[in-house]
Amino acid sequence: MDKKSVFAESFALDNAAKDIVEIRRRIKYESELDKSFRDKIAKSAHGEKLYGCIQCGTCSAACPVSHYMDYTPRKIIQMVREGFKEEVLTSSTVWLCASCYACTVECPKGIKITDVMYALKRESILGNYYPKKSPASILANNFFNQVLNNGRNSEGPLLVKMYLKTNPFMLFKNMALGFKLWIRGRISLKTERIKDKKALKKLLQSVEDKSIYKAEVNSPALKEASAV
Amino acid sequence: MKYIYYPGCSLKSTGKLYEESLLAVFDALGIEYEELKDWNCCGATAYMAVDEKKAFVLAARNIALAEQQFKDEEEVNIVAPCSACYMILLKTQKFLEDNPEDMAVIKAALKESGLDYKAKAKIRHPIDVFINDIGEQEIAKRITKPLKGIRVASYYGCQTVRPYSTFDDQRNPVTMDKLFKAAGAEVVDWTMKTRCCGASLTGTIQEVALPLSYIILHEAKKRRADVVTTACSLCQFNLECYQTNIDKKFKTDTKIDVIYFTQLLGLALGLEPKKLGINRLFAKPENLFRIMEGGKPVYV
Ligand code: SF4
Ligand code: SF4
Ligand code: SF4
Ligand code: SF4
Repeated sequence: MDKKSVFAESFALDNAAKDIVEIRRRIKYESELDKSFRDKIAKSAHGEKLYGCIQCGTCSAACPVSHYMDYTPRKIIQMVREGFKEEVLTSSTVWLCASCYACTVECPKGIKITDVMYALKRESILGNYYPKKSPASILANNFFNQVLNNGRNSEGPLLVKMYLKTNPFMLFKNMALGFKLWIRGRISLKTERIKDKKALKKLLQSVEDKSIYKAEVNSPALKEASAV
Repeated sequence: MKYIYYPGCSLKSTGKLYEESLLAVFDALGIEYEELKDWNCCGATAYMAVDEKKAFVLAARNIALAEQQFKDEEEVNIVAPCSACYMILLKTQKFLEDNPEDMAVIKAALKESGLDYKAKAKIRHPIDVFINDIGEQEIAKRITKPLKGIRVASYYGCQTVRPYSTFDDQRNPVTMDKLFKAAGAEVVDWTMKTRCCGASLTGTIQEVALPLSYIILHEAKKRRADVVTTACSLCQFNLECYQTNIDKKFKTDTKIDVIYFTQLLGLALGLEPKKLGINRLFAKPENLFRIMEGGKPVYV
């Protein structure tokens, strides 16, 4: 077989495969990495210690949900360090993290992995990377708005809103559960509020004005929230 | 000593039975308390995921409010029964201590609303109060209905001991076990004490959350526990209210009584079940009541 035909054959194969699976390039060129990402996350998570990860994998072993994640906590730390910004911010890992702190207390290098996950959640919302139909990110956003406006969280309305935005079917599925809670006086659809709502809003605003570091907000959901 | 009670949102809704039983036990043990006036949500997990600074402000406001309310008291002890609230309040204190710049910003903002953050309040979990301020011996003396023959699996959850372990061991906590030993129960030694139950993932991504709760319940049954006690509103909710969903999904039988540790303690102190919010549980803790009366469990 001459050189040309080998090439043609593999090309044909590529095209055939394309119909079956989407072929994605798994490597990145140096020039495509976002080198500032690492510092941004380290700053947001209050820890340059992240630079000192030895890739031992203890965090992934301690994590109760790592086997569901597309990248395990160890991988995420390395990808953050290398600047795989998009991959990290669109990963399922960020929203599967239950904030159980198992990784953080076991890390031999004292890296606060849970805080890194929080920083990534924030980055993912701010930069508008978060999955729009994922209940976890919607819940975080709705919770934020509710507390911003009322000072307290009302579990009933919060969950109803979340299901309506993501998967109304889930609302029906969970209705029986909601009803059981309701007849036991454990949930209400009333919105809880603190007395001094105005003062709280002023307080939050004042901290924002005073902060040196201001985040760049790309998320329409968040813009809408702070506008109300 | 008097305590400031910080309920947080959940003890006023799904965790109402936690509030009722906690306060009933406080009364029975002669512990004085006042609820924090005009408290706001602590900031919690979901808030931290969106805006960390604001989460810290929210928590700091509560601490400052407590310091103001107790300005004439010698010590300000805030009791935060929800593990998430407890952890967030601690985290805020630590964060502000380590970051003077942020401390200055938050202090100045609080000043504008007439509050003074003095950073001297102590954040306490109720287990800590019972064990370290009251003591096992004192509690043992007040027990009128010993938990004889009851095998208790104490479940601490994550955030009671992680990432901060202020009053117990992080990997194998024992304080709740000590309380129940003092109340005459048999405690189950198991490895699931601090394993995550799935937290709010039960409401958002059930495929991931249900197996986590399942593992805990399954293990408790394997160790022949009669009751699982929790010290966090979300843990109790996940482990009790999703039992039918779990059973359906895994074709299994996880039925076991899951109640707040304050409810079980209250029963041992001879308090009325109704006062302890037992009626608000999804299912009556049948096994527990039977064994307490010297009978045999119905479901094993
Ligand atoms: S446990 Fe710590 S050092 Fe080890 S891989 Fe995870 S982050 Fe890196
Ligand atoms: S905090 Fe998140 S990443 Fe860490 S172990 Fe828990 S779930 Fe896994
Ligand atoms: S941790 Fe949960 S229960 Fe506690 S105040 Fe915050 S939102 Fe409410
Ligand atoms: S066990 Fe579950 S509810 Fe309890 S603290 Fe951990 S994640 Fe939260």
